[in-house]
Amino acid sequence: MTMILSVAVVAALGLGLGWLLGLASQWLGATIDPVVERLTEALPGSQCGQCGYPGCGQAAIALSKGEAPVTLCPPGGRVVAEKLAEILGTTFDPGNLPDRGPLLARVRTDSCIGCSRCIKSCPTDAILGATKQLHVVLEEACIGCGACAEVCPTGGIDLEGIPVTLRNWRWHKPGVGHA
Amino acid sequence: MKEYLLLLLGTALVNNVILVRFLGLCPFLGVSGKLETALGMGLATTFVLTLTSGATWVVEHVLLQPLDMMHLRILTYILVIAAVVQFTEMAIQKASPVLHHTLGIYLPLITTNCAVLGTALLNLQQDNSLIQSLLYGAGSALGFTLVILLFAGLRERIALANVPAAFAGTPIALITAGLLSLAFMGFAGLPVR
Repeated sequence: MTMILSVAVVAALGLGLGWLLGLASQWLGATIDPVVERLTEALPGSQCGQCGYPGCGQAAIALSKGEAPVTLCPPGGRVVAEKLAEILGTTFDPGNLPDRGPLLARVRTDSCIGCSRCIKSCPTDAILGATKQLHVVLEEACIGCGACAEVCPTGGIDLEGIPVTLRNWRWHKPGVGHA
Repeated sequence: MKEYLLLLLGTALVNNVILVRFLGLCPFLGVSGKLETALGMGLATTFVLTLTSGATWVVEHVLLQPLDMMHLRILTYILVIAAVVQFTEMAIQKASPVLHHTLGIYLPLITTNCAVLGTALLNLQQDNSLIQSLLYGAGSALGFTLVILLFAGLRERIALANVPAAFAGTPIALITAGLLSLAFMGFAGLPVR
């Protein structure tokens, strides 16, 4: 008798609490939009910030709200843009997708006055230098976001493609033609 | 009124859950690295502790004692605590996804925080009424939050200090915790239970 009552008490308590939690989740449940989840999966997930959002998660939220174009992701390029458009059920114009490859910031040595503003604006600490000293961009850390070029008072920072060297030269992809 | 105030003070300082009763040491050492997360953890635990103190009192006096099912005490208490923690997690996820992310695994682990179960059992041992139980829970939680905040502040400073290599990291944190506990012994002189 005690055994059956014990089981009944625990079962009733469990069911009751479960029911209350179910009710609470309808009220409070943080609904993760399935579209946002799929968009986040489609994005590269490297959190590089070249789209202008802090990370891929925030970019996915902006995409789902229609605040950002599907072509926002430079590293993802055309393939990711197509995937994003498919998830969102929209089409995109591949013509306006600048296929310029990854960019790097570069300090022009004759324009740099050593004001160190670009150092403070860099999200990845990729610029090295001190006040009244020539600054230099660390290529390994630069994500090509262009924040430094915006704040530079002399316009002395260029965004350039990565120069082709013997180390990174590759055959062109078949069917794409010469980029 | 004065009696209730003394109860609150007594549980928060004199019988502090962490430093005097040595309960809830896992989050005390785990989430005290940064002041902000420590505050978030303290607030979440405050919410859970106060609510469970009341809920376990109700379960004890409405369900277990009339049915003479006292042997189910720990099982049902854990069930109630788990449900309240789940509720807290939902509320935090809704209110502040960032805090939810920083607290991470420590949030569901409040379920197994022995301070929560310990407070519920101490309530029972001291034969507290519902209001006393709620105050006891709130007082314990305030003490928990106070200590975890103090400790987080200390650890933030220790992180910048020049600590000998043999003591760096957890050893110096444990020594600091011991010193803090000694300091809280001083509250034993207060004329509250």
